[in-house]
Amino acid sequence: MAKLRGRGYASVNYPTGMNLGGDPSQALIHATTTGTFVISLSSVDLGQGIKTIAAQCAAETLGLPIENVLVDTADTDTGPHCMGTFASRGTHRVGNAVIMAAAEARAVMLEVAAEELEVDAADLETDGTGFIRLKGAEEKGIHITDLALAAHFKHGRTISGRGIYLKEPSVPVPETGEMDPDSCQAHACTAAAVEVDDETGVVEVLELYNAYEVGRALNPAMATQQVEGGAWMGVSHALFETTEPYYPSRDHGPRDFAGYLMPGPADIPVQHSLFLERPAANGPYGAKGIGEMTANAPIPAIANAIFDACGVRLDSMPFTPERVLRGLDALRRKSEEEPC
Amino acid sequence: MPSQIVSLIVNGEQREFIAAPGATLLASLRESLGLTAAKRGCAQGACGTCTVLVDGRPEASCLVAVETVAGRSIRTLEGVAAGGELDEVQSAFVDCFATQCGFCTAGMIMVAEALLDANPEPSEEDVIEAISGNVCRCTGYRPIVIAVLEAARRRREQVVSR
Ligand code: FES
Ligand code: FES
Repeated sequence: MAKLRGRGYASVNYPTGMNLGGDPSQALIHATTTGTFVISLSSVDLGQGIKTIAAQCAAETLGLPIENVLVDTADTDTGPHCMGTFASRGTHRVGNAVIMAAAEARAVMLEVAAEELEVDAADLETDGTGFIRLKGAEEKGIHITDLALAAHFKHGRTISGRGIYLKEPSVPVPETGEMDPDSCQAHACTAAAVEVDDETGVVEVLELYNAYEVGRALNPAMATQQVEGGAWMGVSHALFETTEPYYPSRDHGPRDFAGYLMPGPADIPVQHSLFLERPAANGPYGAKGIGEMTANAPIPAIANAIFDACGVRLDSMPFTPERVLRGLDALRRKSEEEPC
Repeated sequence: MPSQIVSLIVNGEQREFIAAPGATLLASLRESLGLTAAKRGCAQGACGTCTVLVDGRPEASCLVAVETVAGRSIRTLEGVAAGGELDEVQSAFVDCFATQCGFCTAGMIMVAEALLDANPEPSEEDVIEAISGNVCRCTGYRPIVIAVLEAARRRREQVVSR
């Protein structure tokens, strides 16, 4: 009886967004009297970080500090339309819509600044700290707070912008089935190192190496969080979670949190993650979606590592001790039947 | 059994309210006192997101009948940020990206507060053991473990510099 070690890897190509007969998301942006740019969205942040990404995209496009951006996702009933937070589409669709809205607002901002400073809008630039300045004449400039006040109370202008990103409907070509269902594809590979106890059948994931090509990681810390949190879910699906352990029979299925197994903090492998950046032409600042794919590659990588460790090829999740032991028994019977 | 008036010391303040028979501590905090940081994930003691401190000890408030803790001292997440300033645990959670959806965060922080009060220099194993009754569906736990260790370090430095 021994603890057997093995390594395996698996790769995934994953589409960003989908095609539901057209897949739009909208963003509206306007400046308050004191120069805070409010982005109105119906896209909901449930922890994936779309508010942060939207604020980053707007700040970058406006040329203003991120502190000047406020994201309001309050009401899906009255807000600008969003198809929803699914299909790894949020960063791509909403990011693009926000950039379009912010670009329009920026143009108005520069027009009003040009009036206020009595110069040509084309000669103005933003410095990223909150000032709009005349190129080459540092001292001639105006802060966004003063500009927004002037826009409201002096010029009667609304500093605002509208944005929409639409993935147009794509119908399959009847003869070939060919179509264009997504906007771009992200790629990833995970290598797993596992230890299999051939007496108990328990599989322990020791290490995961995650490599992700994500177009561009707009927020590398959040992208890492997504990759490693997603890998946790992959480990969980690979080794623990199921509602029907003896599918299709419902026997012994968990009914609540107490019976539904998930790995705890002590079951977490050491993770090493890195990003390769190949900006996508149609992505917001080059980004692709990496929402759902992060749970995918770890599962087959773990299955391959188990095979490498002990020769058992498992094709049903989760890879429970019972399945590993049955696999080992089958191997033993086979080697007894056909001695080499 | 009639409803009864229950009094608790919540985050240092004496609070009184009418509790329906069988009301849990969690329901009382959320519904009678409007303190909604502690969440109801499972209502059966399996997820830890309802954790509050009862006389300094972490308890799953969904399992505690409120009349059994009458008069005792309860600490919730609302009592942690003194004067609106994040404490070391909270700021370490922010800086170490230890929260995503945030549903587990209140419980995680209360468990961490209790751990650091009892053991200012916890090992990684101590932290893992302390949070092992709390489920997180988002982070993969690693950032939370790192955040609690970082909070311990910050708290020790504070003590030294005081
Ligand atoms: S709600 Fe109390 S432990 Fe889950
Ligand atoms: S951050 Fe979502 S459950 Fe922990």
